[in-house]
Amino acid sequence: MSFLTEWITGPLAYPFMQRALVVSVMVAAVCAVLSCYLVLKGWSLMGDAISHAVLPGIVLAYVLNLPLAIGAFAAGLSCALLTGYLKENSRVKEDTVMGIVFSGMFGLGLVMFTKVDTDQHLMHILFGNVLGVTARDLIETAVVAGGTLLVVLLKRRDLLLYCFDPNHARSIGLPVRVLHYGLLVLLSLTIVASLKAVGIILVIAMLIAPGATAYLLTDSFERMLVIATATATVSAALGTIISFHIDGATGACIVLTQASFFILAFLFAPKRGIFVRPRYAADVPLPDTDA
Amino acid sequence: MNASAPVTRIAPGRGPTPGASISVRNLTVSYANGLTAVRDASFELDPGTICALVGVNGSGKSTIFKAIMGFVQPAAGEVRLCGLTVNEALKKNIVAYVPQSEDVDWNFPVLVETVVMMGRYGHMNFLRMPSRADRYKVDQALERVGMSAFRHRQIGELSGGQKKRVFLARSLAQEGRIILLDEPFTGIDVKTEAAIISLLRELRAAGHLMLVSTHNLGSVPEFCDQVVLINRTVLASGPTAQVFTQTNLERAFGGVLRNFQLGGSALHQDADTRRVTVLTDDERPVVFYDDRPDVLNDTKPE
Amino acid sequence: MAPFLAEMLVPFSYDYMLKAMWVSALVGGVCAFLSAYLMLKGWSLMGDALAHSIVPGVAAAYIVGAPFAVGAFFAGILAAAGMQFVKLNSRLREDAVIGLVFTTLFALGLLMASIWPTSVSIQTIVLGNILAISDEDVVQVAIIAAVSLAILAVLWKDLMVTFFDENHARSIGLNTRALKVVFFTLLSACTVAALQTVGACLVIAMVVTPGATAYLLTDRFGRLILISVSLGMVTSFAGAYISFFLDGATGGVIVTLQTLLFIAAFYFAPRHGVIASRRRRLAVVEAEA
Repeated sequence: MSFLTEWITGPLAYPFMQRALVVSVMVAAVCAVLSCYLVLKGWSLMGDAISHAVLPGIVLAYVLNLPLAIGAFAAGLSCALLTGYLKENSRVKEDTVMGIVFSGMFGLGLVMFTKVDTDQHLMHILFGNVLGVTARDLIETAVVAGGTLLVVLLKRRDLLLYCFDPNHARSIGLPVRVLHYGLLVLLSLTIVASLKAVGIILVIAMLIAPGATAYLLTDSFERMLVIATATATVSAALGTIISFHIDGATGACIVLTQASFFILAFLFAPKRGIFVRPRYAADVPLPDTDA
Repeated sequence: MNASAPVTRIAPGRGPTPGASISVRNLTVSYANGLTAVRDASFELDPGTICALVGVNGSGKSTIFKAIMGFVQPAAGEVRLCGLTVNEALKKNIVAYVPQSEDVDWNFPVLVETVVMMGRYGHMNFLRMPSRADRYKVDQALERVGMSAFRHRQIGELSGGQKKRVFLARSLAQEGRIILLDEPFTGIDVKTEAAIISLLRELRAAGHLMLVSTHNLGSVPEFCDQVVLINRTVLASGPTAQVFTQTNLERAFGGVLRNFQLGGSALHQDADTRRVTVLTDDERPVVFYDDRPDVLNDTKPE
Repeated sequence: MAPFLAEMLVPFSYDYMLKAMWVSALVGGVCAFLSAYLMLKGWSLMGDALAHSIVPGVAAAYIVGAPFAVGAFFAGILAAAGMQFVKLNSRLREDAVIGLVFTTLFALGLLMASIWPTSVSIQTIVLGNILAISDEDVVQVAIIAAVSLAILAVLWKDLMVTFFDENHARSIGLNTRALKVVFFTLLSACTVAALQTVGACLVIAMVVTPGATAYLLTDRFGRLILISVSLGMVTSFAGAYISFFLDGATGGVIVTLQTLLFIAAFYFAPRHGVIASRRRRLAVVEAEA
């Protein structure tokens, strides 16, 4: 027992580990809440797209001497808007358009990055640098993540209705367009908040795994939010500590811990785990796998 | 009759030959999720037949098609086409398939003539280089459905009826002796429907076998000589007059059909005292006079 | 003028630049071939997912000193099997399953690279480094690209029928399952090759953008492939060339060029461009007025 306590508290003796733990738990929580909506809405890859597209915004903000978060946010949002615009005005499929836009922006970002002398490490933007988080970063992240979380939780029912049945949402007079773009804005903000901790590539995982895990465990959306947040924050803490002990990339450890939770849920979920569910029985309500 | 039919030695590409047959015996198909889509289904179809495959959505129509196309492996029973197993029949280009409109990606960058040429691919070498004969057959097929003028259009630029005719032309170019048509009458106008039906009749006269899945009940007695009624299994199969009865239809459709009965003398003032029954699932209705379908029904009520 | 021209020709005087340019062009061409199918089927993000999923395999191969293509191949199979298994056995949407599997595998690759930093350069894997590609890697990439191109040249019509109308493809006796397996094997192989050229994050552009650009320019599948392959080769060649003057970011330049061409086609395509359709709409309005 004392070994376990030592294992956990040992790393926390270092201030940089304390900051890392706090920031990754915050980021994990806000990502987890968003992930519940993304998983249900079928927008899992929207997180992928927006997060890649953030790169040129960061470089541009650096050149213009603006806060990086503002550039990142603007770039992320314009990726979403551009995707919508190109989709509306051509016969190319949405996923293709999304791929073109975000890869184009990411490519442009890389080119800009090589031409601009910055004090930023490209690898830190891509994969985060949670061990180098300063107190200032901590506050910034807390403000953005906290604000996002607050808005999502306040409007959680409207957003849920929008994800579940946009037509019904419209029919009862909800501002569907506002909700649509609101969700995109919240998603962009979440990605910006996660920049420091896990970087723009691993945040994609944190925007999918917790929601997917929770979706396997419950049928109630409120519970899904709770479970997603719980598994994500526990994973974040655990992953940070593990990364200290094995001397591995922190972001990767957090993501892999979240993935382990998903695998556990996938195998042993009370109603749908594959070791639990009676397979090949006709009377179990199943996903409509139209073979 | 199929097992004994001497049809095993027919070179592909020689056009329709008598002997097209479908034999489905005790077919059971289950999907990986445990759902049994069709259980113990059996029916036999002979050359020169137009057969309707009738049932509600989810009754197993598309599963039967998939089994005939070899897309699903039967859990039990077997399908024989012209006496051959499904895979042998597919290799010999015996089956042609006309897809449902919803199943086609109309934005695909192919022209009308390319689609029809696809019907010839099974007859070509492995590089799929069309020969003069292939081009000729494509021309002919387009001519026959009256789409020659549209051959350089992208398929999405056509009307509903024209789209259907293109795929029919493809099955003509393919020269399959068994033609499967998946809901051929949804979303097309009366004129096209009549044109397609007359084309199917010509093909029937040439010895083809056509299996038409439809829930357009009204037109079934008009052009189908056989009917297979299914709901998770074959409820009844045989000549239209015997199978396409009100009792059978009600069994096949459960409570889904709308059913109007109009009492004989209450409706008519004339000598015709037959009771009129109208069955519909929101497509074209089928009208029974007493217990017989109205075979002379030639106009589509709109 | 002459000094300027001389400077323009400098890249051609370096062996490594010549190598980088023709390898990029080859890879760009074969990826563009595949893009014609991917973007029509709505599988664009598959390319992205594959590119990220093979990272742990590539990392492992570098750590144990095996050919990177072997590691990538196994990781690719693992990813495909994992996606299929989770999809069949849970109620998650396909996009969530794809995202889940590829991000997890990518994180695994990253972790491996962080634990053994000397043998794996994560920067190379993520961003590619065609300018410093080793000769063994050139051989692997060239073999992959040439073989794939040859197979595609033979099978392109069969693949077209399969992806356009699978039922019909079966009815004419094509083995559609085998064709799909061939297609995805080629896709994985080319993803590996593209990984070397532009890096994991930009592979998606190579296997999507040229096809989508061509799709705006023609309604015939054969031409679509020709246009797409030409675009892929030209942009990749030019991208490698230009990156000489930028000191790197080859992948970024290639993809930026491809995206610019897409945007040009989006506006100026003769029939499907925004300007053309606006003009058509105006003509209709005027005709009615």
